[in-house]
Amino acid sequence: MIQFENIYKKYPNGIVALNGVNIEIKQGEFVYVVGPSGAGKSTFIKMIYREEQPTDGKITVNGLSLGKLKRKRVPYLRRQIGVVFQDFKLLPRLTVYENIAFALEVIEESPAAIRQRVMDVLDLVGLRHKAKMLPAELSGGEQQRVAIARSIVNVPKVVIADEPTGNLDPETSWDIMNLFEQINARGTTIIMATHNKEVVNTIRHRVIAIEDGLIVRDAAGGDYGYEA
Amino acid sequence: MKPRTTARHFRESFKSLGRNAWMTFASVSAVTVTLLLVGVFVLIMMNLNKVADDLERDVEIKVFVSLTADEAATESLETAINGMPGVLSVDFSTKEEELQDLITDYGDELSLYKQSNPLYDVFYVKAENPQQTASVAKGIAALEGIEDVKYGEGKIEKLFSFLNLSRNVGLVLILALLFTAMFLISNTIRITIVARRHEIEIMKLVGATNWFVRIPFILEGMWLGVLGAIIPIALVTMLYYNVTEYAQPRLNDELIQLLDFTPFIYQVNGLILLMGVFIGVWGSFMSIRKFLKV
Repeated sequence: MIQFENIYKKYPNGIVALNGVNIEIKQGEFVYVVGPSGAGKSTFIKMIYREEQPTDGKITVNGLSLGKLKRKRVPYLRRQIGVVFQDFKLLPRLTVYENIAFALEVIEESPAAIRQRVMDVLDLVGLRHKAKMLPAELSGGEQQRVAIARSIVNVPKVVIADEPTGNLDPETSWDIMNLFEQINARGTTIIMATHNKEVVNTIRHRVIAIEDGLIVRDAAGGDYGYEA
Repeated sequence: MKPRTTARHFRESFKSLGRNAWMTFASVSAVTVTLLLVGVFVLIMMNLNKVADDLERDVEIKVFVSLTADEAATESLETAINGMPGVLSVDFSTKEEELQDLITDYGDELSLYKQSNPLYDVFYVKAENPQQTASVAKGIAALEGIEDVKYGEGKIEKLFSFLNLSRNVGLVLILALLFTAMFLISNTIRITIVARRHEIEIMKLVGATNWFVRIPFILEGMWLGVLGAIIPIALVTMLYYNVTEYAQPRLNDELIQLLDFTPFIYQVNGLILLMGVFIGVWGSFMSIRKFLKV
């Protein structure tokens, strides 16, 4: 469902972030993206939801060729992709419920459907009882669960997570990983950039290692392979 | 767009006005001051223009008919002048009528001249476009049977160039004021946008279209413009009401007249409101552009 063909990316400041990347990720896969900081992981991830565009090469997501995608169509691509960040990116003035509902309001869902969907995902992440709280009243792990709930509330085919456990303590990290496992079990593709060696070596999945803009390793059930 | 979404946009735009109350106050004041200046300026400009038109309309060409021309020749002259391009109206006045006018103006002593009238028969000619008076006059002077043509040569050219200059200066000043207001509004909106760029980023990431993000901000700009127009409209209306109340009776029967209060003040107020909305909408449109490139 996601295909990179000879992707080359050079930033205006001259830095080459990706230097000929070829990869294919199938529907329902769980993929870790690992590698040192500055190796091109973020660029790789951002290209999937078209926050960055390659200088050269062809990206296909869900049958859409991103190079040919008109700017006006980008919002519709993003509705098929959920994104989770290290810093959660919740809106501080909105309650947990409103934060999640926001993703559906923006795509003009009906209020009844919004209520139903938001309650469903709140159940899934186990935060139904905290729906009326503000993000600042929650722990880091709970905030990340809200962010995950928001990313899956419109039932995307793929969830992209950029260091989702980067700001969390180890114990909380395992809870979050469990959640991703559950989402993956329902058929959603997960692509996760991470530095968490423990997680990668324990919950085994396909590992893609990027170094200096190249894929140096691509192994199903592989290990982290770097000293943490 | 669904009605529900429209309602949401309106709600959001109002919320943002309240949330950024101080910025709202700042930019509404800026708009108020600008529109007030523009409003007063428009009042002055439009009335100056009216005065200029009145003065221009009063410019006429006095054509002296040669003494040798008989009645038939005079009549054919009138048709000839009437038929010339750019001529609006031709009024004939015999030398007897001319003398009578002088007697009314300067007194009965002049009645002596009734025995042997030294005056000429005269055509009073107005040009369609007063600014073309000179060329029309030249055309008439070239006709057969004309003794002389007078139109205040030199003086009216100066008058016209002064009037044209003041019109242009006024227009430039109004444009400069509008530009300043637009700049102020777009800065204000930019600050409210910077405060909400996080929100915009998330909206874009969950698949909001650009218009969905943009509309609340544009509405907000519109409200800023509308709010900023209220005080100028009230003040300008009061001001002009008092001016016309004071001046109208005193200008009775004068050549120069002010514009009437009623249709004019609606036009001016409409213009102020429109400009408020325009600078608000344009200001926010410009400042949100770069934040949409997520």
